[in-house]
Amino acid sequence: MSAAAPKTAPAADSSAAAGAAQPLGVGVPDAGAGELPSPGSPDWVHRFYFDPNSADPAGPAPDEAVANCKAMLDAHTRAMVKWHFSPETGSPFWLEKAKTYDFDPLAITDFDGLKQFPIFEDDWLRGGPVRRWLPKGLEGKPLYVFETGGTTGTPKSRLVAEDHWIDYELFSDTLPEDKFPMGSDWLMLGPSGPRRLRLAVEHLAQHRGGMAFCVDLDPRFVVKSLKAGKADVAKDYQKHVIDQAWIVLTSGHDVKCLFTTPKLLEALAMRALDEGTSLAEMGITGIFGGGTEFTPQWYKFATEELLEGKVYLTPTYGNTLMGLACGKPFKPEDNYKITYYAPQPRAVTEVVDFKDHTQAVDYGATGRVKLYTLTPELFIPGFLERDEGEREKPCGKYPWDGVSGVRPYHVFAKKTTVGVY
Amino acid sequence: MLELPVLRFGTPYESLEKTQVKNFETGEVLAEVHQANAGVLRMDMRKAHNARAALRKIDPATLVKMCGEAGEYYLNGTLEVGTGTQTQDDFCALQSASTGLPVEMCRANMHKAAFVLKEMDNILDALTRGLPLDVLAKGYGVEDRGVTVSYQANSPVLGCVLPSNSPGVHTLWLPVIPMQIGLVLKPGSTEPWTPYRMQAAFLKAGIPAEAIGLYPGPHEVGGAITELAGRSMIFGSQKTVEQYAGNPGVQVHGSGFSKILIGEDKIDDWESYLDLMETSVYANSGRSCINCSSIYAPRHGAEIADALARRLAKHEPKAMADPDAGLSAFTTEGVAEAVSGMIDDELKTPGAEEVTAKYRTGERLVQKGSHDFLKPTVIHCDSPEHPLANTEYMFPFVSVVDCPQKDMLKKIGYTLVGTALTDDADFKDQLLDATHIDRLNIGPVPTVALNWLQPHEGNIVEFLYRARAFQTEAPVPVAKQLETA
Repeated sequence: MSAAAPKTAPAADSSAAAGAAQPLGVGVPDAGAGELPSPGSPDWVHRFYFDPNSADPAGPAPDEAVANCKAMLDAHTRAMVKWHFSPETGSPFWLEKAKTYDFDPLAITDFDGLKQFPIFEDDWLRGGPVRRWLPKGLEGKPLYVFETGGTTGTPKSRLVAEDHWIDYELFSDTLPEDKFPMGSDWLMLGPSGPRRLRLAVEHLAQHRGGMAFCVDLDPRFVVKSLKAGKADVAKDYQKHVIDQAWIVLTSGHDVKCLFTTPKLLEALAMRALDEGTSLAEMGITGIFGGGTEFTPQWYKFATEELLEGKVYLTPTYGNTLMGLACGKPFKPEDNYKITYYAPQPRAVTEVVDFKDHTQAVDYGATGRVKLYTLTPELFIPGFLERDEGEREKPCGKYPWDGVSGVRPYHVFAKKTTVGVY
Repeated sequence: MLELPVLRFGTPYESLEKTQVKNFETGEVLAEVHQANAGVLRMDMRKAHNARAALRKIDPATLVKMCGEAGEYYLNGTLEVGTGTQTQDDFCALQSASTGLPVEMCRANMHKAAFVLKEMDNILDALTRGLPLDVLAKGYGVEDRGVTVSYQANSPVLGCVLPSNSPGVHTLWLPVIPMQIGLVLKPGSTEPWTPYRMQAAFLKAGIPAEAIGLYPGPHEVGGAITELAGRSMIFGSQKTVEQYAGNPGVQVHGSGFSKILIGEDKIDDWESYLDLMETSVYANSGRSCINCSSIYAPRHGAEIADALARRLAKHEPKAMADPDAGLSAFTTEGVAEAVSGMIDDELKTPGAEEVTAKYRTGERLVQKGSHDFLKPTVIHCDSPEHPLANTEYMFPFVSVVDCPQKDMLKKIGYTLVGTALTDDADFKDQLLDATHIDRLNIGPVPTVALNWLQPHEGNIVEFLYRARAFQTEAPVPVAKQLETA
């Protein structure tokens, strides 16, 4: 496997779209490239190792590609550890934290070395001062603060300079151009407010030469309503959100691409069917969907019935900490099984033993999803997600381990319902 | 492997998600049940009116006749159910193996359902108070007394979120079909057997396939049913009851807290009611909402509890296939242990004694590895204030509560079936006015003895149809009526 040349993302002008300041690279890397430059240097390239030219994107990955990705992930890990734990570039949080460890993070030489870190606790992200997370090497850049959660109490917050742009520009290259045409406009039918997703999707549209129409959507209000047993209030709110989307789609704009969640897609597509039309007839050609309720059965139902087989739907799995994991390309033989691949090397997911998070389970076996985020802006050396799934083999397009069947971790999901009738 | 597909108003649908129904003793997989997602149901509910339209093509009298035939098929037929065929014996074995209900109780429940189907004309006649069903079918008509009446269907379908643990309740939704209302059923996770077999029996009798939908699935499917069906029936816990309280479109069937109230005038004759009390507590393994869970007595409470305990303590767990088996198994790990622990905790509150403890062999909780049993339990409470005085569990459990007659109606709380043993006219009047008692028996009627001609937790006809004004010509002006009067 030869290295794909670092490729500039296909935006007409990414700087005009408030894009990443540094170059992006897509493709399976060559192994043995030695040490990577510092993320602070002009030579640093934000990479995504996926193979856009794979002859068999959903088939087995070539061994060489897998080996190359693994070797370069080790090199990337060394660069990240050096960046985050050097006093000249690291964040106050990690520099302080390092003093409590009985190992030297700077001595880590490969990805497996990250398993020396105790599990990252997302509660550390609650409250301030939020600048303790800012790597010194990024000081002076304009910053965003994005929140996640927050239904009750203090939300978790994350500082971002450019990661949301970089993640989505890299993800952009995974989208099929005939379904997400360059220059087309988008509808961002997802959470707004202090969330990264709204700006990220808007940037994705801009990066591809279009723009994004947006709606107001406060997921905290929905969750609070549901927790209070006010399902009718949540339902009314959903209608309010769909009404906004409907107006965008029926007001003479030329929206072809859509980001949304399964529940909202269901509501929007049914609204179209009830109105005697369909999303395809309304001009939608591609949908980028996110949410853990993306089950194979729902994927089948959405593809066959909501979209009548006429609109491309790509499942993704992500969050504010990780960025965006991509779905394995659709293959009929997979029977709608959904397998996600993290955007290596910027983020890595493993499927680990429920009792020992340092051990990956065998291929096909079930375990907890463990996340690593390794960008110059954020270092998460192992966080146990609230999800479980099965470990999957690398595929042609994404030559590293994936995870399928993502669902809520059974311990959290377990509810004892005792019928009394 | 038997597979039970989703039946989308008659059309089988294979889901990518299936759950397994297992034999609780051996772990053998009895069936794989395809799981609908809520979207599938939502999609189909957009066409729910087709279910009613299909039934309206058949006149009610024919539908009643078909119900009778379906009853026979349900009870004795060899039916195509899912990917397999099923006899009565097969059905009872499967239902017992997944629910823990003894085989002969499963058979008894089949007889109940078949009886309701075969007696459908009488049941509807009683529930409609003699209204010709053609009036419901046409929407209006003129009664024999010359009065125009009109009834409007509140919904084209009745949605039912069905339980896993009490097959007897399925009789409640059977009268819907001859009223030309379709059915959208979400079977219980371990008891898909009754709705699937009933659907097969209806089909064989000629009921259109598009009239009945079966949507096994997760909780979200139940939520979608209660949201989208104009009228729905749900079986659940007290929490479920509270969740839907005040929702006129949802009929909730939760705990029954059924009781026997003994009046001052009859209490000294308590021994003659012991058979009635035992039957009310023990029938159907005490699992039903119509089983008696409390007996209120103004005197002799301790003696009643003692006599009842002597009788009930004799009942031991038996094999499910044993014709004499009277106790159901708890098939969900930890539930029986938790229930037994709750009772023990409540007994720490002064004022209550478990009387069965001194008469039974061994402990209340019997753990068999793959399943558990709880042996009959009789508590004596010296006051209605004790936490165990008004409690219901899914096994033969009863509290005999010391309570003066004058306080009974103030203390009993919601009561699905109340059997009052009294000839006291004043007390009878108070009982008749007590709105917290749903089914009232005055006289020696076991709480479990239901007359199917009577409404249960609301009249299903009134739930599905609303009476409304309907005129085809202007009435005679009042002044003219007065002139001719």
